[in-house]
Amino acid sequence: MTDVWEDVVGQEDAVARLRAAATDDAAMTHAWLVTGPPGSGRSVAAKAFAAALQCSGDPVADEVAVAEVRAGTHPDVTVVTTDKVTISIDEVRGLIGLAQRAPARGRWRVIVVEDADRMLERTSNVLLKAIEEPPPRTVWVLCAPSPQDVVVTIRSRCRQVGLRVPSVEAVAELLVRRDGLEPGLALESARAAQSHVGMARRLARDPEARARRRRILESAARIRGVGDAVLAADDLVETAKAEAAARSEERDAREKAELLRALGVEAGATVPPALRAQVKQLEEDQKRRATRQQRDSLDTAMLDLLSLYRDVLVVQLGASGDVALVNEGAEELVRSLAESSTPEQSLHRMDAIGEVRQRLAGNVAPLLALEAMMVALRPQV
Amino acid sequence: MAARTTSRSSRPVAGVAWDEVALAPVVLVHGAEHVLVERAVQRLRSLAREAQPELEVVEVEASTYQAGMLAVETSPSLFAEHRLVLVRGAEALTDALITDVLAYVGTPAADVWLVVEHRGGQRGKKLLDGLRQAGVPVAACEPIKKDSDKASFVSAEFRRGGRRVEAGAVRALVEALGTDLRELASACDQLMADTTGTVTEATVSTYYGGRVEATGFRVADAAVAGERAQAVALLRHALATGVDPVPIVAVLALKLRQLAKVAAMRGRGGVSASELGLAPWQVDRARKDLQRWTPEGLAAAITAVADADAEVKGQGRDPVFAVERAVLRICAASRG
Repeated sequence: MTDVWEDVVGQEDAVARLRAAATDDAAMTHAWLVTGPPGSGRSVAAKAFAAALQCSGDPVADEVAVAEVRAGTHPDVTVVTTDKVTISIDEVRGLIGLAQRAPARGRWRVIVVEDADRMLERTSNVLLKAIEEPPPRTVWVLCAPSPQDVVVTIRSRCRQVGLRVPSVEAVAELLVRRDGLEPGLALESARAAQSHVGMARRLARDPEARARRRRILESAARIRGVGDAVLAADDLVETAKAEAAARSEERDAREKAELLRALGVEAGATVPPALRAQVKQLEEDQKRRATRQQRDSLDTAMLDLLSLYRDVLVVQLGASGDVALVNEGAEELVRSLAESSTPEQSLHRMDAIGEVRQRLAGNVAPLLALEAMMVALRPQV
Repeated sequence: MAARTTSRSSRPVAGVAWDEVALAPVVLVHGAEHVLVERAVQRLRSLAREAQPELEVVEVEASTYQAGMLAVETSPSLFAEHRLVLVRGAEALTDALITDVLAYVGTPAADVWLVVEHRGGQRGKKLLDGLRQAGVPVAACEPIKKDSDKASFVSAEFRRGGRRVEAGAVRALVEALGTDLRELASACDQLMADTTGTVTEATVSTYYGGRVEATGFRVADAAVAGERAQAVALLRHALATGVDPVPIVAVLALKLRQLAKVAAMRGRGGVSASELGLAPWQVDRARKDLQRWTPEGLAAAITAVADADAEVKGQGRDPVFAVERAVLRICAASRG
């Protein structure tokens, strides 16, 4: 029998609790809140839990059920995720109806909400009723970075499972075992991604992603003055835009073609006025998705820069013997930056990066915010 | 190729100016500037009334037009009086109107003037093209953008009213009310109605003194030039005349970005202005401004604007205060 928990790495305590709940009805409850830092495997854990709940003990049937949950085709498991900035209230209203239905095959109907933190308060309140008075065989599994990201009324109705940051070795081991990657590369990627499983996987598998990360780190070191800083910020925003566009262009076009076909509009023909609203709606959704992707990709770049200055600070404080560097591949860069600045400056720079991350979440103009950050990163006497 | 030539030759380069349009069996009044459209229609009306004192004016609303209505209005009347049929709002027309008007253009009635009023936009393009192709005179009423054109508009207003006006007074009026042509026109009317003799700069300042139409760009220019008092005054004017703090911050950022880019260009030499996405005049302007700036000052200014941007978007309590502080910080930084 396949082990549903094998992909949940470095989370022994959480797995033990979830495993117990899946096998023993006395340890079960109707709503769970899985929390943990990004990349710790919240959604993987939630899906593994969903799969475990669909297992009945019969090895053959279980294997089919687990495969179905993994493929996202199991009738009793619904995974809600969003690639936009927030989950809309209409999507959640749809879930409320779904939650009232009895499971079709298994013992439980499981609804996994992957981005429970991406809900506005009024959207959460819609969800609240369903979580408060649940039908007997429905289980909600919400995922969020921290319990504080979910409104208190929902938090208090869920049992919490906290995940921690898995160790670099555990992540590397997973990459080697699951994706068949070379151990050295897996370890380096896991370290560079700071144990973020998805990111480590992307870095290890995609040479382009590694090159992009490297470019971002080097761009910080290349800034000589204010002019360079502004140009570097421009570069970074353009790269993020291009990346978001490259990722979504094909998909956007396909979605639009599908919609037009569903509406009965021939390719190339003008859309009748009565149907334009639907096309516009789709385009707006796609635009929101692009915003989110651009923000995510900028945030990743910020995290990379933050890790660079963290390493610089480690070297400056003479702790490099005790603490491993995140960016071992870029050690020269780290050392040269460490020599040319003071620990105070490194801290100021990390503050500046942290501030920009916070501001970007607040819908500021990304280019301006990054310019200010790059200006703070320039060499100062 | 042939189709292309015909389409080009069928389109006159531009219509007649709105204040020179003459009566014709069919006239198209076309443009996005509502004031000018109204003026042109008014002019046609009074021309028609001069020609035929017994004129009957019929207005047809294009958005509720139904097939055949035009034929009803243009058919010969019992008392043989002349008629001016005015089709209003052809920018929101019904399909029936297009067919009817285009059919009518071929065989206009003898005692009818038809005026079609279209206030810009894409809708009804078929009608516009059809009318142009038929050689119908077009009164062009496009928005006036340049300050010099606005000044000549004001002079023309006073000339029409038979009044003399000083050049300084014209300039002062455009400066005070230039963003909205309707406001400008009504100000001219008011000055002509309330005063006698030549309109001087002093008269204008009595009526509209202290009001300045400032845009974010003017605020940014003053701030970057380090003119503290002027920058703050312009900022207050801009806010008072309805400019939102958010675009002002964006313009401040834009201005500083240009300075920084040009500074970087100077340092590297190899990068050209077009690679940075700047126009040559922007580069010249930035070069001139840069004489007052040190790299440290520029850094401080960019930081200040970034702070303000976060504050106007909800991280501060008072957006107006945030912008004003940013402007003051830019002025302080520019002194080096």
